[in-house]
Amino acid sequence: MQVDIFAKRKRDGLIFFALILIFTLAAIIITEYDMVKGFTSVIKAVIWSFTNFYPNLESFEKLPRIWGKLQETIFLSIASTTVAAILSLIFALFGSNTTKINPILSIISRGIASINRNIPIVAWAMILLLSFGQSSLTGYFALFFVTFGFLTRAFIETIDEVSNSGVEALQASGASYLHIIFQAVIPSSLPQMISWILYMIETNIRSSTLVGILTGTGIGFSFNLYYKSMNYHAASLVVILIVITVFIIEYVSNYLRRVIL
Amino acid sequence: MQMEESIKGGKWADSDRSRKENLKKLKIKPLNKSSIATRMTMFALTVLTIYAFFSFDYKNINIVEGFVSTIQNFKIMFIEAEFHHFTFLEALYEVGVTLGLAVLTTIFGGIIALLLGLLAAQNLSSKNVSDVIKGLGAFIRAVPTVLWVLIFAVAAGLGSVAAVIGMTFHSISYLIKAYSESFEELDRGVIEALKASGANWWQIIFQAVIPSTVTYLLSWTFLRFEINFTNAVAMGAAAGAGGIGFDLFMASGHYFDFREIGIITYFILALAIVLEVSSTKMKTMLKQRG
Repeated sequence: MQVDIFAKRKRDGLIFFALILIFTLAAIIITEYDMVKGFTSVIKAVIWSFTNFYPNLESFEKLPRIWGKLQETIFLSIASTTVAAILSLIFALFGSNTTKINPILSIISRGIASINRNIPIVAWAMILLLSFGQSSLTGYFALFFVTFGFLTRAFIETIDEVSNSGVEALQASGASYLHIIFQAVIPSSLPQMISWILYMIETNIRSSTLVGILTGTGIGFSFNLYYKSMNYHAASLVVILIVITVFIIEYVSNYLRRVIL
Repeated sequence: MQMEESIKGGKWADSDRSRKENLKKLKIKPLNKSSIATRMTMFALTVLTIYAFFSFDYKNINIVEGFVSTIQNFKIMFIEAEFHHFTFLEALYEVGVTLGLAVLTTIFGGIIALLLGLLAAQNLSSKNVSDVIKGLGAFIRAVPTVLWVLIFAVAAGLGSVAAVIGMTFHSISYLIKAYSESFEELDRGVIEALKASGANWWQIIFQAVIPSTVTYLLSWTFLRFEINFTNAVAMGAAAGAGGIGFDLFMASGHYFDFREIGIITYFILALAIVLEVSSTKMKTMLKQRG
């Protein structure tokens, strides 16, 4: 029997690796990816980064302008996340199995969230760009819709995980629906929800860079401007500032998570 | 029913006051550090959000008009979706290219991250090595994927090579974190027992570490595959990586063709939902097994 288990393990492993190999080859063919060029350009890119991609004195003159755009991006991601979180909470309460009012409403709210989440942020940005132009609102709504979809899924999971027993206990004691929501569901899932909100703010800073490149707003616009005019020193300063921002937000939210959870 | 309630009301009105006093003494909800932090966070986020709305650059856009036109555009997109610049099969091929980019970056990222993740796990490697790899990973993760792709595009030129390398970079850093945390959750006793029986590092990895964490590794990798698909669409639009994302960029940025945007969105949406459903299915399947 023992031998059989090892043989089976070996066979499973071989099948797994064969599948991966086939997938890789198929992907290489369809995307016309050049393996050799891939390796050489990594080396080339590293050499290029060390010789060209660092901020010099001149680029620091652009700091105030970059800082302004970065601020816009930070506020954009915070505002879109918090407002989306409020809407998500309502949809999650309707969508969750523990707190749903009726099954049809639950399916509808889950469906709306799923569509919002699965339309890529690029598609949102391009669609909204045509109506809202190059204003902050384009980026705001693009982030808003995707965040709303994602947070609804996360909140539904949180509610189902955390508040099952509490809800049952309150139901047994005859509490009304609103009492159950405000006394059991929200208090017990709030810490986890805040943790998700903080995570989403972090993610949105990165996403809004992408949206900014496509729609010409915020920090993404700054990077694209310097990148396209081949002012790589200023572009590298943008990258460094984004990294510092993400690190600070990560640090603060890790601290808050430790205290809250 | 009404009477019952009024009786209840009368009966409990008296004792209500004393109950409230009792509650005060009992302090059912003590204001501990955690709840203070929760409130402070919510307060801070509210203030920042309100400030944000005043700081935005609205550029004289009428929000109501914008919404109305967005809804109209949506109607055209989804109800009157049509092929213009490509056929159904061509669209399918473009989706295949995007999927191919996602497959390549996930596999390359997974292989490299597996090696580095082993070195980054504190229980399998030395503290210094682990700190260095985790620090580097955090740095790479902090830079948005699109910036990595654009940086690599300077050396490799715009196209699939730059996209694959840039996205692989980000996948590696993400998966290192996920993998090394899975490894660190492993029971210390298992590794110690193998060490005591004279197993070397590779034997410990292949006989204990990987078999017992393989379900986590697979579900993290598939989650990353989902993310990479969305990223591949984005890189097609923002960094000229080809695939369905590039078609989306052309349809909306150059042709202003809502009907075609609708078709493309349908394709992406369908695939993304398939990926999400299979990821959820896989997660529950792995949970049952492990």
